[in-house]
Amino acid sequence: MHKLWAFCLALLAGSTHAAALTDVTLDNGMRVIVHEDHRAPVMVSQVWYRAGAVDEFNGTTGVAHVLEHMMFKGTPTVPPGEFSKRIAAAGGRENAFTSRDYTAYFQQMQKDRLALSMELEADRMANLVISDELFGKELQVVMEERRLRTEDQPQAVVYERLMATAYQAHPYRRPIIGWMSDLQSMTAADARDWYARWYAPNNATLVVAGDVDPDEVVALAKRHFGALPARALPERKPQGEPEQVGMKRIVVKAPAQLPYLLMAWHAPTLKDWERDTTPYALQILAGVLSGNDSARLQKSLVKTQQLAVNASAGYDMVARGPGLFMIDATPAPGKSVAALEKAIRAELLRIQTKGISDAELQRVKAQVIAADVYQRDSLFYQAMQLGEYVSTGLPPEALLRRVEKLRAVSAEDVQRAAQEWLREDRLSVAELDPQALKPQPERTAVPGVRHVN
Amino acid sequence: MSIKRFFAVLVLILAAPVQAGVDIQHWQTPEGARVFFVESHELPILDISVDFRAGSARDPVDKSGLARLTHALLDQGAGGLSDTEIAHRLADVGAVLGGNFDRDRAGVTLRTLSSMAEKTAALDTLVRVLQQPDFPLAVMQRERRRLISSIREAEADPGTVAEKAFYRALYADHPYARDENGVPGNLEKLTRNDVSAFYRAHYGAPNAVISLIGAISRSEAEAIATRLAEGLPAAASLADLPLPVAATASTVRFAHPSTQSHVLMGAVGVARSDPDYFPLFVGNYALGGGGFDSRLMREVRDKRGFAYSAYSYFLPMLQAGPFQLGLQTKLEQTDEAMEVARSTLQQFIAEGPSEAELVQAKANLTGGFPLRIDSNKKILEYLAVIGFYNLPLDYLETWTDKVNAVDTAAVRQAFARHLDPERLVTVVVGAEGAR
Repeated sequence: MHKLWAFCLALLAGSTHAAALTDVTLDNGMRVIVHEDHRAPVMVSQVWYRAGAVDEFNGTTGVAHVLEHMMFKGTPTVPPGEFSKRIAAAGGRENAFTSRDYTAYFQQMQKDRLALSMELEADRMANLVISDELFGKELQVVMEERRLRTEDQPQAVVYERLMATAYQAHPYRRPIIGWMSDLQSMTAADARDWYARWYAPNNATLVVAGDVDPDEVVALAKRHFGALPARALPERKPQGEPEQVGMKRIVVKAPAQLPYLLMAWHAPTLKDWERDTTPYALQILAGVLSGNDSARLQKSLVKTQQLAVNASAGYDMVARGPGLFMIDATPAPGKSVAALEKAIRAELLRIQTKGISDAELQRVKAQVIAADVYQRDSLFYQAMQLGEYVSTGLPPEALLRRVEKLRAVSAEDVQRAAQEWLREDRLSVAELDPQALKPQPERTAVPGVRHVN
Repeated sequence: MSIKRFFAVLVLILAAPVQAGVDIQHWQTPEGARVFFVESHELPILDISVDFRAGSARDPVDKSGLARLTHALLDQGAGGLSDTEIAHRLADVGAVLGGNFDRDRAGVTLRTLSSMAEKTAALDTLVRVLQQPDFPLAVMQRERRRLISSIREAEADPGTVAEKAFYRALYADHPYARDENGVPGNLEKLTRNDVSAFYRAHYGAPNAVISLIGAISRSEAEAIATRLAEGLPAAASLADLPLPVAATASTVRFAHPSTQSHVLMGAVGVARSDPDYFPLFVGNYALGGGGFDSRLMREVRDKRGFAYSAYSYFLPMLQAGPFQLGLQTKLEQTDEAMEVARSTLQQFIAEGPSEAELVQAKANLTGGFPLRIDSNKKILEYLAVIGFYNLPLDYLETWTDKVNAVDTAAVRQAFARHLDPERLVTVVVGAEGAR
């Protein structure tokens, strides 16, 4: 075990608080990051695996997420259901999430219950049992989850189809939850393969945040995870996205009352955090467009022109793969999607040709700085950000110095980023064409509680 | 409600000084606003919440949506500042204005840095928004269109459709039956006079609960509370809502072009002031409130793979709020899943939790208590709830004792008192094939 670096950094002048961070790698390659925060006698513990939907192959999309579900289904020493039960009995909250880039498991508990969390996580990292029977049941649950979150949500369908359009080759084109037909033909063996492939200590990071002592956390980690052997990980081949060479446009039909517009431009993500400038500029650009209730999209499209009832911009600079800069909007009654799209393009053109004002830039920066302080109110979110950064290949230092990098962005940087990246040839547009909801029949009140099966 | 009754309670509480993890200070402004304050210097931030009995249950019968629209308009023009100017002023100092809105409560929240310049500018804006909303006509028309659009948009979501139908079926003519966002047809008829009259009647100091947590002193908190309260409209305190009556058993089905049915089952439950609150809350952990640790999840999800989620909860309100059990499942197995949920519920009502289940529920709830108050945001919400629902000032201090005091008999009796298995309301939203 070698200590890479540990440092203390006062995040903000005038604060009574300093963020202390420890970053250590165990002999088996598992990384341990400890973030001290002594505001309350609690801690959050998260295990991040560097394996997400991006690592899947066609035919088994969704397997990263299905495996996440199976991770609660038991080991030889911890029978099915027992993991959740033990955490609950200790007063803990636990869950997991799968993203495109990673899969993460977490427990939030009183600070002195960290050992339980580590013991159980280490056990299921190495000894998971995936039975055919439990797999079959859980797969049904996952299909219900897909129906709930995607099939019956028109805007989610638009998002899913737009991703599949904007990315042509890169695996980001596939939904994290998987295509329904892949789920229908998935087997327990697919899940076992995935587990054997990626669930190794040298592909994982433990992030612990809270009222803890870093030396004790590292000692505990060494005790519980240290004995698990490192394994050879599959080679990750670079998966580039060929440059888009012309605008793409799709129409999605779904039962809905209102149309909806989603636009996405290919954009870079943060790779060399010290030298890159464009991702920070794009982040500020998103703030100028929709960072507050007076930002450009809201002010122009919703309030002044009243073409939209909602409009917002989004961009995430932290990702393993290539990024997207997105704008979505719902047209106001009687306004067309086409008119709305035209107005959005006009707003962007205005920034590309005339730039942004100093007041706008300062306003967005004030929000960035304040938000950085506000985030420290949430222990979970602080751990979450650390996990995201390191799981996408960025050092914790990139997170700690993010505000400083955002502060350095100039109005010219923002204009240049808009000119360079928000170009027609990189754009994909999806439009929701609402299909009439069938009129609801009269209410049929059936007296009596026993309805017929 | 009775201010006097609260005062009596208050005197008793102040006589016995609290000493807990969360030191809540309480006082009343001369205008009658009640103030709850926690001094916390860990982070250079200040959180404020100001809440009123101005939720959708206060809508006049033919003006459903008035409370929601009034709330939405507060920060869209005030004290001569336009909507954009208000938004600019807040954004310039990194302050975030938010809101609470439900059937009981309408409120405004502010989060700001506690440094002087930022705090001053943010508070100045909050004061205008609360005390001098202008309700400009053009803005009102715009926000009304947006509200109607969001109501229409939600009609595609089977979960929202089911939720609305559930409250209608449960509360019939009671104000809790009405949708929080209102009805488009009613919203269209509202006038600017309706909005300002609603504001003047409901946003008065005697109806206000002011909660503060952050890096300020007691004297500064007093000054802020005074400033927030003194310019509010001179409204009298509001009458209580009528008592809801228990619903009769019914099953309602709605056709919807979704791939899943959304099933809701329930009954009129309890008010926040009900002495059975803790037995019901603790017992429900075992039934359907404890996530993977609950019977419903085990029966519906783990054993049968019927649904991604199955849950139950009591939502205590000023008057009896609902007990709700819910799940979503693919159309073909709707009846089967409903039957599992129904029999799980009926068995629980009949027999109550096992000793082991109750031990587990109490262990989780008491052991997890520190997680309920581990951020300023969470404590702020507790302050607002304690104030709004007139809970005792030592509510957080005695919380784990109250949980620990619950036994299986208390749960069984409380469930029997409040849930009649023969009088459940059921709502199913899904393709017409569901029946």
